Amino acid sequence: MHIVVCIKQVPDSAQIRVHPVTNTIMRQGVPAIVNPYDLFALEEALRLKDKFGGKVTMLCMGPPQAEDALKKCISFGADDAVLVTDRSFAGADTLATSYALAAAIRQIGKEQKVDIVFTGKQTIDGDTAQVGPGIAKRLGLQLLTYVSRIADLDLEKDTITVERRAEGGVQVLQTAVPCLITMLEGTNEMRFAPLENMIHAARYPVRKWNKEAAGIEDVTKIGLKGSPTVVSKVFGPTPRAEKALMQSVEDATPRDVSLNVIQKIFTQHPTLERDILAKASV
Amino acid sequence: MSEKFDVIVVGAGPSGNAAAYTAAKAGLSVLQIERGEYPGSKNVQGAILYANALEQIIPDFRDDAPLERHIIEQRMWVLDDESFVGTHFRSDDYNKPPYNRYTIIRAQFDKWFSSKVKEAGALVICETTVECLLMDGDQVVGVRCDRQGGEVFADVVILADGVNSTLARKAGFHGEIQAGNVALAVKEILFMPQETIEARFNVKDEEGVVIEMFGKITDGLMGTGFLYTNRDSITLGVGCMLSDFKQNPNRTSPYAMLEKMKAHPSIAPMIAGGEMKEYCAHLIPEGGFHAVPKVFGNGWMIVGDSGGFVNAVHREGSNLAMTTGRLAAETAIAAKAAGKGFAAKQLAGYKSALDESFVMKDLHKYRDMPSVFHDNSQFFTTYPELVNRAARTMLTVDGIDKKTKEKEIFSSFRKSRSLAGLAGDAFKLWRAFR
Repeated sequence: MHIVVCIKQVPDSAQIRVHPVTNTIMRQGVPAIVNPYDLFALEEALRLKDKFGGKVTMLCMGPPQAEDALKKCISFGADDAVLVTDRSFAGADTLATSYALAAAIRQIGKEQKVDIVFTGKQTIDGDTAQVGPGIAKRLGLQLLTYVSRIADLDLEKDTITVERRAEGGVQVLQTAVPCLITMLEGTNEMRFAPLENMIHAARYPVRKWNKEAAGIEDVTKIGLKGSPTVVSKVFGPTPRAEKALMQSVEDATPRDVSLNVIQKIFTQHPTLERDILAKASV
Repeated sequence: MSEKFDVIVVGAGPSGNAAAYTAAKAGLSVLQIERGEYPGSKNVQGAILYANALEQIIPDFRDDAPLERHIIEQRMWVLDDESFVGTHFRSDDYNKPPYNRYTIIRAQFDKWFSSKVKEAGALVICETTVECLLMDGDQVVGVRCDRQGGEVFADVVILADGVNSTLARKAGFHGEIQAGNVALAVKEILFMPQETIEARFNVKDEEGVVIEMFGKITDGLMGTGFLYTNRDSITLGVGCMLSDFKQNPNRTSPYAMLEKMKAHPSIAPMIAGGEMKEYCAHLIPEGGFHAVPKVFGNGWMIVGDSGGFVNAVHREGSNLAMTTGRLAAETAIAAKAAGKGFAAKQLAGYKSALDESFVMKDLHKYRDMPSVFHDNSQFFTTYPELVNRAARTMLTVDGIDKKTKEKEIFSSFRKSRSLAGLAGDAFKLWRAFR
């Protein structure tokens, strides 16, 4: 069985600052991480590999530095990694990205037939959840989004049964393989890599493909040219009007510290305690 | 069977990176193990980069290292509660490349340094904690990490695991760190538009200013404050001896000290409007010469903060770290070439190289400094107040003649410190700086 897991290297959004004047995102110095949602996809792929054997190939489109993200996936246990990197990919929206990734998956499929493609639910920087479905459409794969559990995989009949979180319940879906699965977050826990894997990953020569190697046929469909999305306006979140206050407390235990702080808050906002109690009694 | 490397370097700060780079560049097989998510993620420093130490490792580092501003002006402030007396030294000489020192942001700088280490051929693994050294008799033969199958071997282990120096302590190479030998520093990075910084500090382009401060900001504790200008942020911090924090009757906490410093009437306007980007605290080994432990043994060497290599008087640390890292790696390279094993005898060259370098010479010069300031808190309270009062008296035009003012100033000194005390303090300082 051959599984391809698509990942993206994203800036750690927990550490991103919005420039106070221009409202643009300040990426400088913000660490780049593997999109956290993609790690659930990777772990699920590794579990399938543990169970059924086979190979997990990582795929990422991005700048050369994205190699680090792929090496990290190798350390978790992926077998191979391809970085699709070319200046002409810059400025891609989800349409152009899914075009490029679909082309690369076709190339990977020429080396060994691909049975399942995994992606995360969405990325934490774009939040669109469009790339996975885009790839499925372009490759003509069955699409299973927001999957919370893989219930069964029958390699002889080429069928897969998954649970999918939907509004008001869980859908149990069965479809044919090959398929594309976008994995829901919180559905598994990433393993802790053994030391041997860490050293193997540090040495691993990630394959780098330019647009030709990735099998791109129509250059008008990639990068900025292939991206119809337009950003019409950028605005920052409104800062809160209340300023944070610093309180110093001397108590010895966490319990006393919290009681003391709560007391101080109630003293400063005389109606707060009453309001909370009133709400609680409703 | 686990792998064996020529050298394992524990830690990816300046000393670890210098060691790993130097050894890998010379063709040794190097494994570097870092606890943080990436090199620089856990590191805390002001930070000033002194060019010379890095130049000796990567001569053309200026081409692509993430440097903030080169320093063209150094200010030294002595503060009381309302005012400061200071000297500024600014020279156009500092504006001629190659520049001598820079402000840097360590999270970015360390990542860059680490990329050079990888280019040189070392294997770098992160998010991995070394739990202990592996011994074969009294010879260090490798390390054990917190991962499955975590044993890995090497001829030499270079300990660059930072101020707490946990590995050397666990291995019994030295004892617990003493509160009197470490300072606790807290700092904030405040975001500020580039133009604001340049207007406030009278600089342009990539020029920067450093302000060193001491006096009442530390509440009588032995310590100093600092302010550095980065490209679009300001670093502001204060640090005092940990033992002083412990003994301080006012029980001032480090963050409260920093808050008070930020509110000082001479400091507040410089940082007004700054948005906090980062805050952190760290220990700095400031025990000096007398606190440097045994730095090498059978199969191991200790570098950087782990070895207490910090010149607290001149606020130098990362340059000592890089130099010690480089010297340790050079020792390992020489030992490998000699082919006589890696016992203490073969690594003794590290200690002699240290002694011959500025590292031990400078630490020796200021060997008595910590104890002088430690036992004499008047240097941080009484004198700053007196100096500021003297300046105020002399510079306030109020109809009193200057001769009377001089007398008043002198008697204020006499009142606060006896003549013998004044003379004694002067002698102590002279002795310590000599």
